[in-house]
Amino acid sequence: MSAVSACPACTAAPLAERAASGAMIEGGTILSLPTIHCAACIGAVERALMAVPGVEGARVNLSRKRVTIAAPRVPVEDLIAAVEGAGFETTELDQTLVAASDTDEVGRAILLRLAVAGFAMMNVMLFSVAVWSGATEATRNLFHWISAGIAVPTLMFSAQIFFTSAWSAIRVWRLNMDVPISLAIILAAALSVFETAIGGHEVYFDAALSLTFFLLTGRYLDHRTRQAARSAAQELSALETPRATRILDGARESVRVQELVPGDMIALSAGMRAPVDGIVASGRSTMDRSLLTGESRAVSVVLGDVVAAGEVNLSGALTLEVTAVGEDTTLRRMAALVEAAEGARNSYTALADRAAQIYAPAVHLLALATFIGWILVGSDIAPALNIAISVLIITCPCALGLAVPAVMTAATGRLFRRGFLVKNGTALERLAEVDTVIFDKTGTLTEGHASLSVAEMTPEALSVLAALARASDHPVARMMVAALPPAIAPVDLGDVTEHPGLGVEATWRGQTVRLGRGSWVGAARSPALAIGEGPAIPLAIAETLREGAAETVRELQALRYGVRLISGDEPEAVEAVATRLGLTDWQAQARPDEKVRVIEALEEAGHRVLMVGDGLNDTAALARAYASISPASALDASRTASDIVLLSRSLSELVDAVRTAKAARRRVIENFGIAAGYNCIAIPIAVLGFASPLGAAIAMSTSSITVLLNALRVR
Amino acid sequence: MNVLLILVPVSLVLASLGLLAFLWSLKHRQYEDLEGDAARILLEEDDTPRS
Repeated sequence: MSAVSACPACTAAPLAERAASGAMIEGGTILSLPTIHCAACIGAVERALMAVPGVEGARVNLSRKRVTIAAPRVPVEDLIAAVEGAGFETTELDQTLVAASDTDEVGRAILLRLAVAGFAMMNVMLFSVAVWSGATEATRNLFHWISAGIAVPTLMFSAQIFFTSAWSAIRVWRLNMDVPISLAIILAAALSVFETAIGGHEVYFDAALSLTFFLLTGRYLDHRTRQAARSAAQELSALETPRATRILDGARESVRVQELVPGDMIALSAGMRAPVDGIVASGRSTMDRSLLTGESRAVSVVLGDVVAAGEVNLSGALTLEVTAVGEDTTLRRMAALVEAAEGARNSYTALADRAAQIYAPAVHLLALATFIGWILVGSDIAPALNIAISVLIITCPCALGLAVPAVMTAATGRLFRRGFLVKNGTALERLAEVDTVIFDKTGTLTEGHASLSVAEMTPEALSVLAALARASDHPVARMMVAALPPAIAPVDLGDVTEHPGLGVEATWRGQTVRLGRGSWVGAARSPALAIGEGPAIPLAIAETLREGAAETVRELQALRYGVRLISGDEPEAVEAVATRLGLTDWQAQARPDEKVRVIEALEEAGHRVLMVGDGLNDTAALARAYASISPASALDASRTASDIVLLSRSLSELVDAVRTAKAARRRVIENFGIAAGYNCIAIPIAVLGFASPLGAAIAMSTSSITVLLNALRVR
Repeated sequence: MNVLLILVPVSLVLASLGLLAFLWSLKHRQYEDLEGDAARILLEEDDTPRS
């Protein structure tokens, strides 16, 4: 509640308040509910949970797609079973990670300031209308004093956000949009208080308040969209609760990864991702290194082999001796490369700030010129100052302040509904300027597992293949087992022998059956299967393309984007995928720093690169590229390095995201145009001294509302 | 113009009532799940307001 404490009424009894909001459940279990979408879902989930004995309360949050449950003595498994029983996917969320996004203090603080400014604006506007319609003398002075009484404290409270931001910019000798805003608000208030004190005619309290109100609206919109994306991204991280199974004196215990030290023994069962670097101490298995190196082919490991953090154990159970933890792991060492790459991108200046850098000095010089001009034509100092300040108030970038956030909110909201989390405020602006797209292969364009074309094989041959593949520990055989349809029952084999480097051989119904290298089996291609004296059957193994990958590449090429494929995998594998996607521009066996260099070379040639990747080997490239997208299946490190996270499994929305980003950029520029157009009309009037508070109020509201309406067209 | 003595305080009081109502709704976390609250009106059993 700390941010709300700015309001004195709210600090009074935080405890009483907590007791009053009984429906809010503090410190309960939080489950993620990715598939809920309607009222019926809310009802079903809450009913299912309340039916579990021991559950005291359950409240679904549809915006965040999660449920908070107060059930101190019920095991989480029971709660998950209840929700799954009702037909919804669910996973437990790490409370400490999501708690921060649940109590959105900053958002509440902005909303509070927005509300105060809004109510003050309405009231002051009423008095202003009375003055404009002809209140005179004592009545006018009374109304001015009341307006001052409302406006000054409101401005001090509500416009604080702009003052702080402007001050932090001025302190380092820079100008941002908040500098002219703050200046206009302060000068308008000061001039009006002065006019009120001397019983003058023209006060700008309503202008200062409506300015604050409209700008806070922009800030709130901006904050809310980014908060939604941030909380969803945090949720992804919270899903990967890092725990490891430590073996100590033969006993197994589940510990947090941070507690491990080099020399510990940990168990890594099939399907688990290695949390730390280690050496295989017992067991044998195959590891999926695709997230680290981009290789799609699994690698066998036996006693003494090195396993790096981030690799996934595919088959057998392993015991690892921990060699490096935390900052020393392979995963973390990549961070240095990422940091260096990020530095290069941080030089991007947001469109709004670029506009401010031109706009702010221009209006300040204009006001100064107006003041000097009026002195030169023989005016007194007081009226000249008055006119100069009115120029500043009229030209205050109210519409400019709304131009970017309103459009970005509409665009980000649209993308959010289509499964894109836009994490970075300027990501869409940058995405719109991209002209080259670089894809990673494994895990991005492909799903990271293989498919086997089985159409031409007899069921009998398939059953033999299944049995032989199962008998072998070779990574390719493992891949085949995973790719074969589960309905195929393996036959019984006799005399299974594995010939290292060649393949596996066995006897079946008195015939010799072989699976392995083409030359050994008797076929032109590897791998192949031979049954008895029959002709050898070459097996076609291909990586499964991610849904929508082919269409996306085609559409991007049709839109005249340069499309490249850069992978850490073997040339054959990369070429196969590139050919299927119709890509001629591909590069294989690229190391992480080579990927970065390719991007740097392209940028030097004047291109702007969008990097789409998921692996650790892409992380530096993601951070370096002009804009970057990673799928939700990517490593946490990659998602952190990229601007946008793609939640849906299909890639086909990517083109739409680029289109939306372009449309958003067009609207932003249109909005700048609208704001500039208003100023072109208003500035001459103000410079010549004809500006009135009524004119200022009309110009400001009209331009702000036009800009907001224009922004909504992005949807 | 004596009517102002009544009307001005009345307008101020009405506006502060509106502001207080908003502060109350903010304090009771009515802006945390806008989509959910919009959907809840369709639920038959859940017609109790949030706290």
